[in-house]
Amino acid sequence: MKLNRRTFFKVAGTAGAVALAPASKAGATSHAEALAAGRRGVLVDTTKCIGCRACEAACAEANVLAGPAMPDDAAVFAAPRKTDTAAFTVVNQRAASPARFVKQQCMHCIEPACASACLARALDKTPTGPVVYHKDRCLGCRYCMVACPFGVPKYEYDKALPYVRKCTFCAERQAKGEAPACTSVCPSGALTFGNRNELIETARERLYAKGSSYVRHIYGENEVGGTSWMYITDIPIEKLGLPTDVGSYAYSSLTQASLAAVPFVLTLWPPLLMGIYSFSKRRNEVEARGGSAREEADHV
Amino acid sequence: MSSPTTAPAAPARSWAADKLFLGLSFWEYAKSLATPGNFVAGLIMAVGLPLMAYRFIFGLGAATNLSQTNPWGIWIGFDLLSGVALAAGGYTLATAVYIFGLEKYHAVVRPAVLTGFLGYLFAVLGLAADLGRPWNLPVPIVYSFGGPSVMFEIAWCVVLYLTVLFMEFLPPIFEWLGWPKARLWAVRMTIGLTVFGVMLSTLHQSSLGALFLMAPTKLHPLWYSPFIPAYFFISSIAAGLSMVIVESALSHRAFQSRADHHTDVDGIALGLARGASIVLFAYFFVKLQGIADGGRWAMLATPYGYWFLVEMIGFILLPSMLFAYGARHSRVALVRWTAAWTVLGIVVNRLNVSVIAMNWNVPDRYVPSFMEVWISITLVTLGVSTFRWIVNRMPVLNAHPEYPDSSSH
Repeated sequence: MKLNRRTFFKVAGTAGAVALAPASKAGATSHAEALAAGRRGVLVDTTKCIGCRACEAACAEANVLAGPAMPDDAAVFAAPRKTDTAAFTVVNQRAASPARFVKQQCMHCIEPACASACLARALDKTPTGPVVYHKDRCLGCRYCMVACPFGVPKYEYDKALPYVRKCTFCAERQAKGEAPACTSVCPSGALTFGNRNELIETARERLYAKGSSYVRHIYGENEVGGTSWMYITDIPIEKLGLPTDVGSYAYSSLTQASLAAVPFVLTLWPPLLMGIYSFSKRRNEVEARGGSAREEADHV
Repeated sequence: MSSPTTAPAAPARSWAADKLFLGLSFWEYAKSLATPGNFVAGLIMAVGLPLMAYRFIFGLGAATNLSQTNPWGIWIGFDLLSGVALAAGGYTLATAVYIFGLEKYHAVVRPAVLTGFLGYLFAVLGLAADLGRPWNLPVPIVYSFGGPSVMFEIAWCVVLYLTVLFMEFLPPIFEWLGWPKARLWAVRMTIGLTVFGVMLSTLHQSSLGALFLMAPTKLHPLWYSPFIPAYFFISSIAAGLSMVIVESALSHRAFQSRADHHTDVDGIALGLARGASIVLFAYFFVKLQGIADGGRWAMLATPYGYWFLVEMIGFILLPSMLFAYGARHSRVALVRWTAAWTVLGIVVNRLNVSVIAMNWNVPDRYVPSFMEVWISITLVTLGVSTFRWIVNRMPVLNAHPEYPDSSSH
């Protein structure tokens, strides 16, 4: 075979692609796998929750918060409550008989909408799980609140110097090797803190065990691209009080196309506009001399 | 130019009297300010500025009706989103005149750039009122970069574009100060600044729409679309053109003694109307494509659907037709009213996206507080007053006598 320029490029290109493709693919997978292997999470088994709200109290203590009001159980479960700046987690009753309680807090998404919305990286994702808040960086634009599909970030509207407040997944305790405050006090086994991959295995075992009454869906395994906190239950998923219209894609993907256009605008606009400028400048100059641009062009 | 022999005859006026007090003495100038218009503006500010102080002392909760469900109100929807869209005349007209060489519109470039600069300036001031910690504004610019954030792109673009608009407005400032060398230097930057301004405007006008891509479950599906950055960008051009039509009509009426009477304000309005008609027509069909693409036809027959149709037909298609009719039949008054209507329509659209169709499916609805409304009105009043102050002193609507071609730069 005669090796001309064109064939050379074809061969070189194919060889290069073959040589590089598996390596880079394998590299990417192992990196993603390594990240996933280091990720921690919590499995919430709503069939085991007894509604004691020890987690709420532990959370308030660990975060030095006023915490939710603690009237008797009947009153507190009368209507669903929301997390707020003084209570990063709340337990609501979602089914009457058998009684089913659902704990709510920040989901600590694998690719959090809030962190990809934040212009100052005040909200930041740590590799092992917690979405943490660097309050010294926060401008208070509240875009995180607009972006979060779970309505988690809460704002201190009542303060002149406000911050965003939300569950921290006890990042500081985790850094010291301790479990989050809420999971460490749960007496019923409803909250299991551990390696996220292993928790998914545990959840599947329970869901598919013989005689299982669980709904065969792990909420948070794939929602918004996956969350650190995951739920299994035996009541319809729609009744958990968690949004079911959030999709299974990471929210950062929603703005990717828009942000990808930035380099094109930066590189294509200047030559295009300068080109139009030189055309129009010449046209105006020629017209000022009383000619037409077309005639001038013919003489050149 | 006065000859040396006649110069001593005229009593030398102080710099302040010459530049600031319109050639009057301080007391004469102070008396000249006592007009009904200034009285109303003063009243608005006399209430508005203390309200602004109240907001910073007692916090957003005390001054606004914002909530955990509705973190964005009219300071975002009106002051920022609408303000920036309506300030698009600066880059639109600069492009038409300096890049496309449409000399006919030269006389309105300076007022358009000034309107743009003040629009951005007061949009940023409105944003500062809305931010919980505005003194942290330099954080994303200086050391903590939220690269994947649309808001990060907007922050950078707005900071840079505010600077660009200010530099584009330097020639009239230097003419006013009487610094010919600095003026020449500033004029030479015109093309570069215009190109840079178009780049920045393309990015942030569209990105203000892209902000809402992050709220697919919260924004009503009729307004939520992957094309929303394109909607915001295209409509900003129509907003800019309409704003220039409205602003030039008002200016040439209000500043009759200042305005250049050779300027063909009517011809300019008709020409801009032709452009605005085409842009609105394109905008209508791009929006329609979003509905088709998302399969949202059935939603048009709901209350939100009716409101969407009011926006689509009443505020986009109708003005497009009226602009076309007015431009074709030289109906200047019709064109001006249509421009005002389009400006209103852009505000309606920005409020729809950020407030009215936002969180449409939850019971906790947002209605602005009295203080939010008053502070927004105060900012508009401050903007108009600043515009008047500058137009009364600097060569904006007219050419400076020493630079007869000054309005051409």
